[in-house]
Amino acid sequence: MRLNWQRESRWMEGEGPHSDVVVSSRIRLARNLSHLPFPGFMTPSQEEEMIRLAESAIQRDRVTNVAGKLELIPLWELTELEKQLLVEKHLISPELARARGKKAVILSEDEAFSIMINEEDHLRIQCLLPALRLEEGWEKSDALDDALGEELDYAFNEEKGYLTACPTNVGTGLRASTMVHLPGLMLTRQAGEVLTALTKIGIAVRGLYGEGTEAQGNFFQISNQISLGLSEEEIIKNLSAAALRLADQERQARELLKQQRPYFLEDRVGRAYGILAHGYILSSQEALQLLSDLRLGVATGFLPLTLGKINQLMVKIQPSYLQLLYGREMNPWERDVCRARLVREFLKEAA
Amino acid sequence: MLCQRCQQKPATVHVTKIINGQKSELYLCQDCAKELEPQLSFSLAKFLSSLLDQISEPSRGEPMGERVCKKCGLTFQQFQKIGRLGCPACYRHLASQLDPLIRRTQRASRHRGKVPRKLENRKRVRLEIERLRDKLQQLIAKEEYEKAADVRDRIRYLEDCLRRQGCNL
Repeated sequence: MRLNWQRESRWMEGEGPHSDVVVSSRIRLARNLSHLPFPGFMTPSQEEEMIRLAESAIQRDRVTNVAGKLELIPLWELTELEKQLLVEKHLISPELARARGKKAVILSEDEAFSIMINEEDHLRIQCLLPALRLEEGWEKSDALDDALGEELDYAFNEEKGYLTACPTNVGTGLRASTMVHLPGLMLTRQAGEVLTALTKIGIAVRGLYGEGTEAQGNFFQISNQISLGLSEEEIIKNLSAAALRLADQERQARELLKQQRPYFLEDRVGRAYGILAHGYILSSQEALQLLSDLRLGVATGFLPLTLGKINQLMVKIQPSYLQLLYGREMNPWERDVCRARLVREFLKEAA
Repeated sequence: MLCQRCQQKPATVHVTKIINGQKSELYLCQDCAKELEPQLSFSLAKFLSSLLDQISEPSRGEPMGERVCKKCGLTFQQFQKIGRLGCPACYRHLASQLDPLIRRTQRASRHRGKVPRKLENRKRVRLEIERLRDKLQQLIAKEEYEKAADVRDRIRYLEDCLRRQGCNL
């Protein structure tokens, strides 16, 4: 199995509606087959059966007409680094990368679609797009789900909807989320208050890599908490509305900073650029924090880079990407040196 | 209550021995129990599997208060521990305990979203059968028996299709 690890994922393009605050939008549909136990209780041969069924389904015309060519990647054939890279590109969950047994992921050529097989549920159909594009993501996922649903017998009952391993996903099986970048709210110390308010209206707030991860570099994931009793369109409308409100408040905070603390933002962005362009040792945590500042500079228009370039760097500074790029396993110190070199060269080329 | 042997740790194990009709009771802590009666050391896995063995024997029925999924054998207690269900049928077999929990966490109990295409198709087939039955009556009334026979065969075919697909939960 050769993983096309250097390929850019669709979400990394960066541009789109409200991209000054919203990095990406994700739709995730949890689906299970009616005749198999849920993944936590499957035998190895049942896991293999699930993978075979998915593999034959994605070759059908009605599926490829919607999603284009899809490729199934057996995760047990990948190295640890390659699996971690898929996590770094937000294509699979950290849990799936860690899991033993027969797990797989299906990717579309532009990596907008990724379908995790035998994670918590048999199928987790995901569509990941740049900027605020929840409606578009839903339309695409809905179409792929319809096509797959003609090939596979989904576990469904009319009262509870799509049946999932965890009852917190039952019903629509839908988790819609957006990754938002909130340096303004963090710098003006409003983020806590604003995000707490979101949790009161049924919206969950998480860190950079989803459930159970911490917020780094002022990046947060917001998603719907409830999956039952609302239609998919309602869930998506609610989350879109929340993301729009959040984007508004973030812009106000940035504006406030500009007015009340002249040159503060410019200085912050300039210093971040200086370290990134000239440093020789760079930890991933520091890099992420500095890239957060750089992103703010691009979003507010005083740094002549693109959001796409920032997104590329966000992935390239990650430990697994670096080690794959340099073709060997490295200790943390070697990584910090190589990371600094990569960023220096990247910024020189981009300038 | 403290362990009757070491008098230090709380007693969590109650041992009742009946030897030659003589009953003796002992209240021990986990450590002393392990030392004195190694065969007593509590294994959750063994406990659960013995419980499942018991349940799968049809004559004994369900033990008190213990709901179990008849398809995969998951108990509600197991679900509470791991937070995951065993199979789609758990939703039906554990409904009495699961439904209140779902209502609490989701603040709703009925699905209002999309329906899988296959089920939509089944609904469509059912409607088609109803339509054909009406047509069959009309044809019989008009004494067009040859056409009626065709329609009857078509109904049988569609009904057979529904049956062969089985019932999805």
